[in-house]
Parts: sequence; structure tokens; C-alpha cells
Amino acid sequence: MINFEYIRVATAKAAVDALVKDGVAQWIAGGTNLVDLMKKGVTAPQKLIDINNLALKEIKKEGSKLRIGALALNSAVADSELVQKEQPLLAQALQAGASQQIRNMATVGGNMMQRTRCPYFYNTDMPCNKRQPGQGCGALKGYNRMHAIFGASDKCIAVHPSDMCVALAALDATVQVTGPKGSRSIPFLSFHRLPGELPQKDNTLERGELITGIEIPQNAFAKSTHYLKVRDRSSYAFALVSVAAAVDMQRNAIRDVRLAMGGVAHKPWRLTAAENFLKGKEATEANFGQAAQLAIQGAKGYGHNNFKLKLAPNAIVEALKTAVGKS
Amino acid sequence: MDQHHFFDAPERDPIDRVDGRAKVTGGATYSAEYKIQNTAYGFLVGSTVAKGRIKAIDTKSAERAPGVLAVITHLNAPKIPGYQTGKDPSKPQTGGQPLRVFYNDEIFYYDQPIALVIADTYERVLHAAKLVKAQFEKAAHQTDMEANLAKAKIPTGPRFEDYKRGELDAYKNAPVKLEQQYNHPVEVHNPMELGSIIARWEGADKVTVYTKTQGVGSTQNSIRDAFGLKAENVTVHAEHIGGAFGMALRTWPYEIAAIMGAQKIGRPLKLMLHREQMFTNVGYRPETVQKIGLGATADGKLTAITHEATANTSPYEEFTEATVNISRFLYACSNVTTRYRLVPLNVCTPIWMRGPGEATGCFALESAMDELAFALNLDPIEFRIRNHADTDPERNLPWSSKFLKECYELGSDRIGWKDRKLQPRARQEGDWLVGYGMGTGSFGAFRGSATVKAILQRDNKLVLQCSVNDMGPGTATMMTTIASEQMGMPPKQIAVQMGSTGLPPGPTQGGSMVTSTVGAAVHDVCAALKEQLAALASKEGSPFHTANVHEVKVDDLVFSETGLSLKRDGSVKISYADLLQRNSLPALELTKESRGQNQPYSSYSYSVHFVKLRVHPPTGRIKIDHIVSCADAGTIVSPKTAESQMIGGAVGGVGMALMEAVVMDHRFGRPINNNLADYHVPVNADIPKVDVLFVNKKDPYTNPMGSKGLGEIAIIGVAPAVANAVFNATGKRIRSLPITPDKVMEA
Repeated sequence: MINFEYIRVATAKAAVDALVKDGVAQWIAGGTNLVDLMKKGVTAPQKLIDINNLALKEIKKEGSKLRIGALALNSAVADSELVQKEQPLLAQALQAGASQQIRNMATVGGNMMQRTRCPYFYNTDMPCNKRQPGQGCGALKGYNRMHAIFGASDKCIAVHPSDMCVALAALDATVQVTGPKGSRSIPFLSFHRLPGELPQKDNTLERGELITGIEIPQNAFAKSTHYLKVRDRSSYAFALVSVAAAVDMQRNAIRDVRLAMGGVAHKPWRLTAAENFLKGKEATEANFGQAAQLAIQGAKGYGHNNFKLKLAPNAIVEALKTAVGKS
Repeated sequence: MDQHHFFDAPERDPIDRVDGRAKVTGGATYSAEYKIQNTAYGFLVGSTVAKGRIKAIDTKSAERAPGVLAVITHLNAPKIPGYQTGKDPSKPQTGGQPLRVFYNDEIFYYDQPIALVIADTYERVLHAAKLVKAQFEKAAHQTDMEANLAKAKIPTGPRFEDYKRGELDAYKNAPVKLEQQYNHPVEVHNPMELGSIIARWEGADKVTVYTKTQGVGSTQNSIRDAFGLKAENVTVHAEHIGGAFGMALRTWPYEIAAIMGAQKIGRPLKLMLHREQMFTNVGYRPETVQKIGLGATADGKLTAITHEATANTSPYEEFTEATVNISRFLYACSNVTTRYRLVPLNVCTPIWMRGPGEATGCFALESAMDELAFALNLDPIEFRIRNHADTDPERNLPWSSKFLKECYELGSDRIGWKDRKLQPRARQEGDWLVGYGMGTGSFGAFRGSATVKAILQRDNKLVLQCSVNDMGPGTATMMTTIASEQMGMPPKQIAVQMGSTGLPPGPTQGGSMVTSTVGAAVHDVCAALKEQLAALASKEGSPFHTANVHEVKVDDLVFSETGLSLKRDGSVKISYADLLQRNSLPALELTKESRGQNQPYSSYSYSVHFVKLRVHPPTGRIKIDHIVSCADAGTIVSPKTAESQMIGGAVGGVGMALMEAVVMDHRFGRPINNNLADYHVPVNADIPKVDVLFVNKKDPYTNPMGSKGLGEIAIIGVAPAVANAVFNATGKRIRSLPITPDKVMEA
């Protein structure tokens, strides 16, 4: 039997020290993804360091920023009055993710760290460069209905499955991490990476770096946000395409806008060109449509997922319309 | 016809599911939950190729792993007597040779069992199973139906020969005609409870199994034949089933493997499939390509139906179902042609699933009827009523009962059909298009044979025994309801013992026939019990026996919860306890077999399903707002469980229409969405209010209750109702299930 050691630590420093000391260890929090990966034989850590006892669950205002501890539960964040009032887009995205049971276990840090749901990644008898570099990408010429249309490489066309991260990408959140070389802050858009030649690497964390929390700067979007998730059933299904839309309206003009998509890339996909187009313009369906066309430039389908080339812009328009109350 | 006019009482309080509390509190024991001392654990290792031969299989490291008791492969498997004779050890029989597990090195499909690892704990067996390493001589597999359609052939035997009534393919020359193809993917039953068995040998020629089966009797026969045992030496228990939907209608190789393994180690063995194995080793609804040709006159009279279906089967067996048969009798039409073909693919054998082939066939026929109605500029219900079959056009017999028109009427009223516009895209709410659709369903109202034993005890308890089991529809509740009605006894005094071969033989749970079959037997045994009680009450010394009256008849008596009394003088009475005591009987026991008679009638149940939904064309999303399911299933015996069964069918139909499909990667010949996260069945949020309406008029011929089967018609017709509503909303006809957002956008 593949036995593994299990320890619990109480501080971030102890967590980092334990991981650095032991090259084959992994942290575990809610375990909603890691345990699956272990059962499937995708990963087999020899040591698990349980970080659930770390004091990283708090959701609070720090100055103008909203700070959420890495171990805050997805359901706690979604239900938090503070989050619902100040950053409703985040609450909406969390509610759209997984199931209530999973949200009750999953943490914010774990949500960011979850692996792709690409079936070729999970089935150890099939080729996957992310699981086993050099094997080839099973999805590239296989079943790729759920796969990326942006930023993929011929090594990997998987998508990041999170809903929460799409909202955080839109909201310009930062990720607080601590590691052997000290603490640092990572802009959310630099946290996850594109597959490139190294699809096995999901993010830009260094070995031994632990997420301690996220910070969301204050914004004026609370009145006009919408997280649209298009999926095959109404709950407990990953996004075909999702859109996080946040609009700051001044009368009928768009003062500021944020747009990000899920289900389309190896990372949450921020739609900067569309945002820039919309700033200062009127909130009309025609403008939304033009922005969506800008957003979709450079998108590429792989066969089964070609429909996303049409769905993505339509979903952008729909999310914007709903956010500004014109749907 | 029955004298007692059973269930004629207009208002009865429907009783709650009698085993409901046990099921939701963990009190109900399922196959894998029986606590058997010294049980070892088995796990099946599957082939990683979809066709070929096992070149070498290395079991050494598995055998050396801690706790491992045995590893069985084709190289060391005990000889199974039934495998050597070539006799089909599976019931019901199918054409071809069922898979003989560990029989030789031949691989027919991906994940076909190649080894059974047995260890002392579950964790150890899982680990050891990963250590079994096999090498294969790969051959080119075929799993792609479209690419293999040219291999389609007529199944063996007379039942599936081409059918022709009137002129062949007459639709081609009809004034108004329609010809379309409808595709249905592979669907997997996916009950909550996984395939599970505990096998325990009690000596060399006697075995007891606790297994997930819809029929303990047919499992007993299969094990008897496979292992060459006497039937009475094979005991099968399956009191509770955590859903099955058809998947447990036969004995699968995993069950034979577990019994083989238990014999090999001389210990009880438990084997529970993993969810992934439920996708590969225990059947599924086959992929089916159908072509419908319809012809009509300009005023909407059907003149021709051609219905062709080609379904997949396994390389070693012919699985057949009645996919095209509904087109022979559902509508009055003088020219009908049906053709049914099979294509063998490198997958395991399919098995009947929810409404089985009739549900698949009805998707095609009822979609085509909707298309033709639109072409004729007719309301789809009006079109159906114009072609209503007043007698059975296939067998030229009158119906035993048919209240299909009442279903159309009841359902139209409830869904608000009058608000439906004939033209699609006529109703818009914001960016959403609203549509209405309907579909008809029908399934044979069968009745088989069942034996029920009734035991009336001195404590006023009535025990009913039958080997039939309950996979969810509420069989025990139905039995309790009938006995309660018959005996004038409250349900709490009635106990049902079921799901074991030690009990009087009942039918397999399937084919919508259990209520008709077992319910009739309960009715008959209760009637006989009352005769016996009347006879005992007639004896000298009984208060009913007077100088003038030497005999009381059942009709003279009132039967109640504690005893019987004289109808015309309630003061003349006796308790069951007294009556039994006077006759020195600890209890009154009676066993009665009942079976359906051949009648000069055709018996079918009918359903009509109505759907109101919204479609968001830009994103392809579909939201169902309302479902109304109406059924003509004769007398409704157990209203609460019947309603639940109809709701379950509607949910299954929504899954079939909008989300369920196994995705194969044909390069590897294996399913890639083999889990419940990626294979979507509806969640609560997908299901709107489901209104269930019953015509609730008795059938005079089927059985004493006047009931007809319900299980299959609950789903037959739901999928076309959804597809037809999508058309009514959008003007887009999607003929390939499931109707996912991408198809809505691309249509």
C-alpha cells in the first residue's frame, strides 16, 4: 500500500519549514481536489502537511482593501455579508462553483491551486503532458469540448476550472504568499500561467511558497456586477464559458469596467482590450457586441470546442447586459 | 372481472412508502452492507485495450503485496461448469455467447475484467490491484457507431425480422411526407448504488449471495447454471436496491467472478464496482441511429410510417430491444414498415435502461410526428387525435382499455397548451424564447406469474411474503395497500417480506409488470384468506354458526383490523386471535399463485408528457419551467409512490433530452466522462415543478385491481416533449440527443 505520513502544523512558518525540509511533501487544506488526485493515482505524496489549523480564515477590511485568508471556506466567503456588500462579483462566482457540499470544504487557497479537470489529466492510462511531461496532449486531437480557446500550446489545451479565480482576476486582486525567502505579493493575473512548454506548472509559486490570503482593492462596481456561467446543467458542472463582468456606471456611461472569462484558457482570462474599448462609452448592446468581438480576437478552436468561439462573445454581451440591468 | 370492485372507493388516504423511513435513516441494508464475518475483498483489474489478446500477465508483485489472498486470471481460474458446456449461463438469454470471465486471453472491450485480486482489506486490495501488469497483443478495435453502420445486420431469430403492414415504405409516395434521422447516444444507468455482491460458499455445492439484482430468481438460475448447482443450493438476497434502472436485470461477469473468488479462497468475498466500472461492465442504453419516414394526406391523416433503428451491441452477444415496435400500434395507419439492425462494437453488452428501447424509439417517432404536424400546419395534439388508434392496428384486437385522449386533455389544460402558438419563436420573454412541446408514450401492460404467501397471526399482524424486490417504485407499499384494502386492516399491521429466494417466487422487477403481477397475487391470496376465515367462522361453536345459519360467506362478513363481524349485525363478531385459537392455529397461512390469462385484447399503458421551457439562443441555455406528465395506467394502486415514480421518469427524461451521453475517445476505445462529475444527470436546479396527473380509470381485464404498468411510460415520451418544445421556442429542430448548449447555438 502507498502509505503516507500525515502531520498537522499550526503556523505558516511551520508549514513552510516542514515542506521545504521534506521534498516530497504536499500541503492539504480542504482536500476536495487533492484527495481525488490521490485516489486516481495522479499524485502520490509521501507526506501530507495539514494546514487547516493555521489562523488564515479571516475575512476583513484592511484599510480600503478586503482581505480574505487563504483558509476561508468557499461557502464562508460566498455567504459573507462583507463580501456580498463590497465585492458581490466574488460571491456570485463562488456560488456558481462546485456544489454546496464542496464549497463547505474547499478553501480560497485550495480553489486557486486546483488542477485542471481535463479527463486526459485524470486518467493515468491516457497521454497528458501536464501529468507526465513528454507523453503528448491527449485532448489536442481527442475530445476537447471543454478546452481552451485562448493561450494554449501544442503541449496543453487544458483550462483552469475555477469560478472564484475568474472574479478575482477581474477585480485586480493580489495574492499574498510566504515562503523560505520571505513574503511577497503576486498580482492575480500573474499567479496562474499559460501552459507554454511547461504545462505541468500551473502557477508562478516557488517551491515552499504558501498562499496566506488575497487582497481585493476597493472599487465602485458593487451595483453592477454579474457572473454568468454557461454550463451543461444548472449546478455541479464546470463552465463551458463563464464571464465575470463588473461595471462602474456614471449615468449611462461606463466609467470603469472589468471583464474576465473562465473555461477558455489555462488561467482566468482577462479581457483588457474589451475593457479599454468600453471605458467612457455608453452601455449599449452595440458597444457590448463590439467589445466582445475585440475580446475574442486571437481565439482558436480545436474541434469540439469551436462553439466557444461563438458562445464566448455572446456570453460577454449577456453578462454585461445583466450587470447593467439591461437583460 | 373481479366481484369486489377493488379500489372503487373514490377517496382513500394514500399510504406513505412503507420502507421510506428505513431507507432515509440507514436502516435499509443493501447488498454490500451485510455484515458477514471473515469477509475478504475483491477488486477487478480491467483491460487497458479495447480489442486483442492478453500476451502476458504479471501477478507476482500483487500476490506478494500485504494481505493478498489470491489473484485470479484466465491462467489459473477455476473451471466454471456452465462455461464449458457453452450453455448460456445468463437469464434472460440473449443471442450469442455471454462474456465468460477469465475464460481465455481474448479481449473484447476496454476494462473487460482480466484479473480478480482478493485481499483481507479493501485498501490492500485496491493497492494490490494496481500492481497487476498485463501486456496485450492489440488489435484494431471498433467503437465508433457512425463508422461501422455498414456492418448493421438483422438480429438472429424471428422477433426482429422486418415488419410490414400494407405497402412497403409507402411514405415515399405520400402527398405530404417527412424523412428524418434521429440519433441517440449511449447512456449509462448510473444508479446511486454501485454493483455489489457478497458471496459465501457453505460447502462445496452450496452458495449464498447478497447481490444487486432486480430479480433474485433469475440470479439464482444464472448461478445455478454457471456453477452447476442445484437451484435450492443457491440462495440470493436482494431486499433493497439503491436504484438500478435496468442495470441489474441480468447476472454480470463481476458477480460470477466474486462467487468464483469466494470459492477459491474458502472465505466470504465482497466485491463492489467503482463508478468507472459502472460505465464499462454492467450495460447501458445502446447508441441508436433511427430513420423515420412518415406520410400523410393534406388533411392530416397518417398513411405511412417507416421506422428503422440501428443500435450497437457487443462483439459476443446480440442485445435487442423493442425500439421500433411502438410505430406499429401507436397510431392508426395502414402502411407500416419497421426495420431493426445491430452493429457489434468493442464494448460490453447493453442492457435495458429506463423505458428501454421504447423510450429511444419514441424520441424518434414523436419528434417526427411533431415535425409532420408542423408541416401540415396542425396542432400536434390535434394531429395525434386525428390518427388515434381505436383498436390495435398491429394485432387487430380491441384494447383492454385506452384513455389516451383523456391524457391529452388533462395535460393540455394543466400546462396551458392554449397559450402555445403553432409558429415557433412566437413567444419571447426578454432574451428568452418560450416554447411548449408534448410527446406520447406507451408500453405493454404485461402481467406474469407470482406466488404470495399470507400469514395472519394471532397478534393481528398480516405478513406477506414474495421473492420480488423493490428497486425504488414502492413494491412493498403497493402490496401493503392492496392487502390493507382487502383485509380492512391498517397498513401498520401489515409486514412485507421480500427480496430473497427463500420466499415464494415473484417476478423480476422490470418491464412495468410488478404491480400487475404481484399485486394480483396479493389480491388473490387475501381473497383466499378471507374465504378460509369465513370457513373457520362457519364451524360449529363459532358465534356465526347458529341454529339457522350453518355457513357464512365472505360477502356476509366485514373484515377489520382485529377480526370479523357479520355485515347485517355487527354485534356478531370474533377476533382473529379467538378464531385462530379455537382452531388451534398459531397463525393462518395461505400460499397462492396468480398469473395473467391470455385475453382477446391488447393491453397497453399510455402517457403524455408536456413541457414548457425557455431557450436563450445567444448562449444555448435551456431552462425547463414546467413539466406535466399524464398517465393512463388503469387504477392507480399506490398513489404516492406512483406519483414519485412518474416524477422520477420525468427527471430521467430531462437527463436523456438535455445532458446524458457517454463520450468515447475512439482512438483508445474507452469512455472519457466515466464519472458523475462529467457524465451529467439532472440536479435539483434543473427540474421544475412536475405535475403528475392520472386518468385513474380501471382496466377491466388486466388484473383484479384494474391497474396497468407505470414504470416505463414515466419516461417514454419525455425526451421528444423537450425536443419539440425547443423547436416551438426557437424553430430549431435538434435531432441528436442530448440537446446541449453548443447544439442549440449551432442548430
